[in-house]
Amino acid sequence: MTSLPEQPAQRRLGLVIDLDTCVGCHACATSCKEWNMGGVAAPLTDLDPYGAKPDGVWFNRVHGFEAGEGGAGRTVHFPRSCLHCENAACVTVCPTGASYKRAEDGIVLVNEDLCIGCKLCSWACPYGAREFDEAEGVMKKCTLCVDRIYNETLAEADRKPACVMACPTGARHFGDLADEGSEVSRLVAARGGFDLMPELDYRPTNKYLPPRMNASPAAVPPAAAGEAIRPESKFLQWVDRLFSR
Amino acid sequence: MHPAYSVIYFTVASGAGYGLLFLLGLQAAFDLLPVNPWSAPASGLFALALVTTGLLSSTLHLGHKLRAWRAVTQWRSSWLSREGVLALIGLPVAVAFLYGMAFQNDAGWWRALGLAVAMLSALTVHATAMIYASLKPIRHWNNPLTVPGYLLLALASGGVADLAMDAAFGSITLASGLLGLALLAAGIAVKRGYWRSVDAGEAASSPESATGLGAIGKVRLLERPHTEENYLLKEMGYQVARRHATRLRLVAQVLGFLVPALALALALLLGGGGLSALALFLALAAMLAGLLVERWLFFAEAKHTVMLYYGAGRV
Ligand code: SF4
Ligand code: SF4
Ligand code: SF4
Repeated sequence: MTSLPEQPAQRRLGLVIDLDTCVGCHACATSCKEWNMGGVAAPLTDLDPYGAKPDGVWFNRVHGFEAGEGGAGRTVHFPRSCLHCENAACVTVCPTGASYKRAEDGIVLVNEDLCIGCKLCSWACPYGAREFDEAEGVMKKCTLCVDRIYNETLAEADRKPACVMACPTGARHFGDLADEGSEVSRLVAARGGFDLMPELDYRPTNKYLPPRMNASPAAVPPAAAGEAIRPESKFLQWVDRLFSR
Repeated sequence: MHPAYSVIYFTVASGAGYGLLFLLGLQAAFDLLPVNPWSAPASGLFALALVTTGLLSSTLHLGHKLRAWRAVTQWRSSWLSREGVLALIGLPVAVAFLYGMAFQNDAGWWRALGLAVAMLSALTVHATAMIYASLKPIRHWNNPLTVPGYLLLALASGGVADLAMDAAFGSITLASGLLGLALLAAGIAVKRGYWRSVDAGEAASSPESATGLGAIGKVRLLERPHTEENYLLKEMGYQVARRHATRLRLVAQVLGFLVPALALALALLLGGGGLSALALFLALAAMLAGLLVERWLFFAEAKHTVMLYYGAGRV
């Protein structure tokens, strides 16, 4: 059924990705590829893998961006994968029922046995999270490692998405974003986690944490809570700066 | 967006076919069919041929063609599924309608069925258009003129086909010729309006909103994830040079509207007979060719938000 669940999911499992600490090592992307080569969506076909123009299915791709100019500019590494949206048009456009959003945890999946490979879902995803497997003729996408996170043959500590397990800097967090007390929700609240392309109203579950801004020399340290200081004279301003160091 | 030839042929051919069926249905319902009793059934067969070759061609780009029947199951949420359902309901209804028209001329039931044929034809083209119009990541399709464009172009090309068939079996009336001209004028007007609208429009999304890094400043791509091509770039990254697009828009207008209008005017002046029919079939051929170019552009000029992650400054 490609209608979205009527009730918002009790649990909304997803990722929180810290753009401050991501170093762009691609470990999450390769680890994702490695796990899913043998996971429920296997294989992640590579075309011409050893040839001149290798091209294949990846569920997670790490981009690099530059934002801002000069000293205030930043280089930001940016992993991009399915955000398991609440308002997932990739699901509702699917004519066959192959695409679906799970009511119990909000994970968006493709049933490859039903997929006719019409590609419409990939057009409907603003984030480019769906990838067509040309060899198999079906659409594939990030499963949030549904075959790891509920996998009782794995040790409890390993029941996390492969990308989260692989990240050497701890930039990837996995948890329940519907639970306000969860670690991921607290992280989003504390760091100002944001949605990608909020204007399209897909309401992604995954959140991104902004890079922390460098304290520039001109930055004024915050005043102690409760007292608003407005030094009148140049001298008092100087005293204020001196004691604020 | 990558223009898939099978889908381009499908939307143009089935559009003309449904346009023709729509007109035949209404003519039957209001007792306006041409005098020659074989004219309308022949037009109907021609329409069915356009529709069915179109529908078959639309399955060619599927990864799993034999599973195509599954596409009728999700009509509650999916416009693609609704299109499939409407097309499958419409075919037997149209066949029954044509049968009645050809072999049961005295009976009245098929005239009433004409209304159903007209409605189903209009709804099918509407569903096709909504597949595109409902996609928010592609502002060139998510445009208020997408649906009127599909409907009017289907009707105009169906109108030219109807006139050509009528002329082949007898002659065309002044009223039907003028209606054809009016449809052509409306078609080019909506298409030009659409082009103006997409040229002036701005996407709501930008590299800044796509990455959420706008607070730091302007966002530029530094490096792609991989050095080689991938599915996203092949499917969503298709680009047509602005210069070519301008030229092709001109070709679409000349072939799709100007040539058919002139040929139709000529046919009206000639009155009837072989020359008039020839002019109208030329009009139809030019129009379908023009619409193929128009439809190719509809895909090739459309930009998808995913390209914001691949260095596009705007989409
Ligand atoms: S990111 Fe794309 S594929 Fe994933 S749920 Fe959202 S719209 Fe669907
Ligand atoms: S490609 Fe498969 S999953 Fe995607 S919309 Fe078509 S049938 Fe559904
Ligand atoms: S593994 Fe971690 S640090 Fe490396 S690219 Fe992925 S998110 Fe960034």
